[in-house]
Order: sequence, then C-alpha cells, then structure tokens
Amino acid sequence: MILAQFDSADDLIHAAEKMRDGGYKEFDCHSPFPIHGMDEAMGLKRSPLGYIIFTVGALGLIGILTLMWWTSAVDYPLVISGKPFFSYPAFVPITFALTVLVSAITATISMIVINQLPRLVHPIFNSDRFGKFSDDAFFISVEAGDKKYDETSTVEFLKSIGGKHMEILKDK
Amino acid sequence: MAASTSTEHSSQPAQHGEVLLPGNPTFHSVSDAVCRIVEAKTPRAWWILFGLSSAGTVMLLVAVAYLIWQGIGIWGLMIPVGWGFDITNLVFWIGIGHAGTLISAILFLLRQKWRTSINRFSEAMTIFAVIVALMFPAIHVGRIWVLYFVLPIPNQMGVWPNFRSPLLWDFFAFSTYFTVSLLFWYVGLIPDFATLRDRATKKIKKIIYGIFSLGWRGGNRQWKHYELAYLVLAALATPLVLSVHSVVSMDFATSVLPGWHTTIFPPYFVAGAIFSGFAMVMTLAVLARTAFGLQDIFNLRVLERMNLIMLVTSSMVGYAYAMEFFTAWYSGNPYELFTFINRAFGPYAWAYWIMVSCNVIVPQFFWSKKLRTNVPFMFVASLLINVGMWFERFVIVMTLSRDFLPSSWAYYTPTKWEIMTLIGSFCLFFTLFLLFLRFLPMVAMAEVKGVLPQARVHHKEEKAAAGTAV
Repeated sequence: MILAQFDSADDLIHAAEKMRDGGYKEFDCHSPFPIHGMDEAMGLKRSPLGYIIFTVGALGLIGILTLMWWTSAVDYPLVISGKPFFSYPAFVPITFALTVLVSAITATISMIVINQLPRLVHPIFNSDRFGKFSDDAFFISVEAGDKKYDETSTVEFLKSIGGKHMEILKDK
Repeated sequence: MAASTSTEHSSQPAQHGEVLLPGNPTFHSVSDAVCRIVEAKTPRAWWILFGLSSAGTVMLLVAVAYLIWQGIGIWGLMIPVGWGFDITNLVFWIGIGHAGTLISAILFLLRQKWRTSINRFSEAMTIFAVIVALMFPAIHVGRIWVLYFVLPIPNQMGVWPNFRSPLLWDFFAFSTYFTVSLLFWYVGLIPDFATLRDRATKKIKKIIYGIFSLGWRGGNRQWKHYELAYLVLAALATPLVLSVHSVVSMDFATSVLPGWHTTIFPPYFVAGAIFSGFAMVMTLAVLARTAFGLQDIFNLRVLERMNLIMLVTSSMVGYAYAMEFFTAWYSGNPYELFTFINRAFGPYAWAYWIMVSCNVIVPQFFWSKKLRTNVPFMFVASLLINVGMWFERFVIVMTLSRDFLPSSWAYYTPTKWEIMTLIGSFCLFFTLFLLFLRFLPMVAMAEVKGVLPQARVHHKEEKAAAGTAV
C-alpha cells in the first residue's frame, strides 16, 4: 500500500475529494479525530449499523416482553396485588431497560466487527511515520488492491494533491 | 482563526470559532498534556492516596464479609426501620452516576462542545459510582448466596421473579445502566488507547494498549461506523439518565407510606441525582486539575457551566421540597401532613435541616458570577452538596421511623458496621478512581481535538470567499 501524509484536516478532505473524483475506490483517510464531511468527500455509503441495531433491538424488546408474558400469564400466574396477569404497564420499565441493553451491546459489537477489528497486525503499522495519526497527523493510504493502484502514477497523483513523505508499504 | 483570548474568559456565548480551551492548544499539546500523566512515573502523592483508599477498601471488605457471615442483625435495622444506611447509600451512589451519563450522552446530543474536556472523567466516575452502588442491593438481601433468584431462570423454588416489583426493575435497570455506561466509555477510549499505543516506548505497554485499542487505524472508513455507534450509544444512554433513577424512586413511590407514595418522586429523584452527580464531578475535577496541571482543559468556562447546572437542579430539588409540603397540606391527609412536619421538627430534624441548608441554600450562591467562578468556593460547595444529598436520601428513608402506628415508632441508629460500610464505599470509589487517573487518559483526547478550531474544515466555496486557508 501507499501512504502519504497531509498537513491539516482541511488539506486531507480536499485531497480525499480529488481521490474520489480521480476514480480511486480503496483508499482511506486517517486522522486523530473524525472529520466532518469526510464521508461525502470519499464517496462512502451510509453505515448499515443503524439497521442492524434497530432490528436486534426490536427482537430484544419482543423477546423480553414474551418472557414476562409467558412467566406471568401462562406458566405460573400469580395474583399479585390484584393486578392482571399480563400487567403490561408494570412490564414497561424492564422492557425499556432490556431493549436499551440489547441495542447498546449490538451497537458496540457490530461496530467492532464491521470495522474488522481487532486487527493488531496490518501493513500500515510498518510505517515509522504512521504512528502520528493518533496525535496530530493526517494520512491517505491507498490499498494495493485498488484498480488504479500503480506505484509510480499513484505516488505522482498523491504528490499533486498535496501529499508528502510518500511511503510504499508491503505485507512483511 | 486566531484563538486569541487566552485568559480564562468564561462567559462568551458559543459562536463560530469560539475559544473552548484557553492557551492556544494544538493537537499535539492536547495529546501531551493528557498522555504525559499516564506515561510519567507514579507520583508519590498517588501512592499515599492509593494506600489510604486501599486500606479503606479492605475495611469495607471486612465489614461486608462479617455481614454475610453473621447476617443483617449486625446492622441497626429493626422494625419499623427495615431500610437504613443500605438503601440510603444505594440511592446516593446510583444518583451520583447520572451526572456522568448526562455529560457524556445528553450534552453530546445537545452538541455542547465544552463537554469534551470532562466527559471521559465524569463517565469514569459514573462507572465507579455504579460499581459501588451495585454492592448495596447485593449485600442487603441477607442471603446473598441466593441472589440469583432475581434472574428469570428456573430455580429450586420453582417460582419466577415478580416482574411487577420495582425491586426487580432495579436489577434490570442497574445492569443495563452499568453495561451501557461501560460500553459507551470503552468505545470512547478506543482512539485514545491508540494514541497511547503509538506513543509507547516500552514493548509491553505497546502490546497492552494495542490490545485495548483493537488495532485502531483512524481511517475514515472506521470513523464512519464508529461515529454512528457513538451516536447510538449516546442516544440510548440519554433516556437511561431519566429512567434508572425513576425506577429507583419507584422503590419508594409504589409503596403506600405517606411521604413516599407520591408522583413527584421520579422527576425529583432524577433532578437530585444530576445535582449530586455534578457535585461529585466538581469535587474530583478541582482536585485533578490542581494535582495534574490541567487548568486549561478543566477550565473555568467548563466549571462555571457545571455550577450553573447545579444551580438549576438545586432549584428543582428545592421546589420539590416545597411542593411536597404544599401537597401534604392541600391533601388534608393527616398522615401526610404529620410526615412532613415530623421531618422538619421531629427526632431527625437535625438531618432535615442539614439537607435543606446544603441543597437549597448553598447552591443559591451560584447566582453570583464571582462565586461560581471561584474555585475554592465551588470545591467546598460541591462537598456540602454531596453531604446534603446523602442526608436527603437518609431523611426519606427515615420516614420509616414514624409511620402509621405510634406504638411502632422507633429511632434508628446505625451500628459501626454500617458506618464502616459507608466510609468503605467512598474508599472503594476513590481506589477505582485513582487507578483510572493513573493508568487511563482522563480526558477524551480525540474528542477534544475534534472541537478545536484547527479541526474545522472549510468547503471550497468558503475558502474562495475567505481567501485564506485555516
């Protein structure tokens, strides 16, 4: 892969737009914090996380309500302070809490999995400069699998849009 | 975009390019200021404090171990006061947790950028406060070895838990609150673990931080999913701030006792929780900013806003006190009337008036800008507020000492085991918090960087119009 450094968030987002317009698909923009507008600048689609969380959360809600209904109205009904067996107002707090719990766990795990993490080994870590991304530096990385990837022309292109300190990194 | 007002000017409204952090910080200076605390050798003061708090935690373990061995009889609980320090401490600690979640989640949804200085710190406080709080329902049941009865799984009694009981709602609410807070906090930590990993010089530190950072590479393809997950977690945690303490208040409100059986309890408890939580964050923040030289990050603007939130919630709590009296009088119910007159003038009047002076009177001083930007004053005020809020829960629970039947009336006195448990709970809390301060980045670096003026990007049109780059 090819790694190029940029000076600021501004430079990075404008370079990203040029990469997108230049037909590059498998590149990424690294920064110490998320940059507003970068998704459009890179031409990325919406994250599917929302749909996953909603679906699993809804299943959690149905599941816990079913559990409470079955235990209280079907399996072992007990008359407690004259309340009906399926006392849904009383079931609301637990339903709410468990739906939130299931959704939160789903959000966290799905985010980690969709990001293909944990991935402790990656060729990008072979770079000496890359470690600064988590401090104050900005990078664009281009995967070798990209159709327009070419060691010479991609490096030239990155230079032309403001990239510095080009590095070519290979899987060790 | 010159961030020129570097003095601690705290009253400017939020504007395009507002100064959130004084001192012209750069991305690197933020990383440095926060990471150097974690990377430096452990200061001697930390060892001393850690020693003291660990000793207190051992005392807590002894008190709890003896309790489990001997039974609840070692406490001062009796008829009619079946709940004493145990429930007071539970509500106190769970309430404190709510401020952290408000700062992390609610202020995030409200796009209050100033939260980025304190959110990691206060969310850590929440997690530790909840851990301490969880101890109390567990140990107060008496037979802790059958605590699994709260789970809806087949057990030897052949009975399911009672899903209509607020005491069971507590179990689900607290588990949810703890788990969601922990996940939210951890997700926020991932990029900061990466910062520590990339700065680490020793191999072992690189590996440990590397594992916790999951190999984070900071690419926008990762940030995209990350930001959505963070937003969803914030959106999920927000209603928890309201629901968890409402559920706790239902422990009282669904009973039939005068002074307890009132609809004001859920909002009143939630306001009180936010109030006491912010006071605890303030206490810890003033200590940390002095000890670690973080006056620019935990700056006066942030502290002032916290004091304003305390002023608002204190007023809500004061209003609730007044409304309870009014409702008791207006209801014409002699038991309700008696309960409140008894609170103010009965045997626990001393506790009641501590509560009123600390919760209603002390925070009103924050109307004065001079006082709410005065660090020593706000530190003392935050301590008094927490004392007052502990007494508020104590006063509520002590309603039990004089209920319907005068022949049952009795005065509850805690035993030394309960006092040891209370003090020990503070020591456990501080032990966990000291560990956090020593080993984890106490400020959300990635988030702070994201709200600095240098992080703003200008679109091409703006650039052409302005004629200059950032």
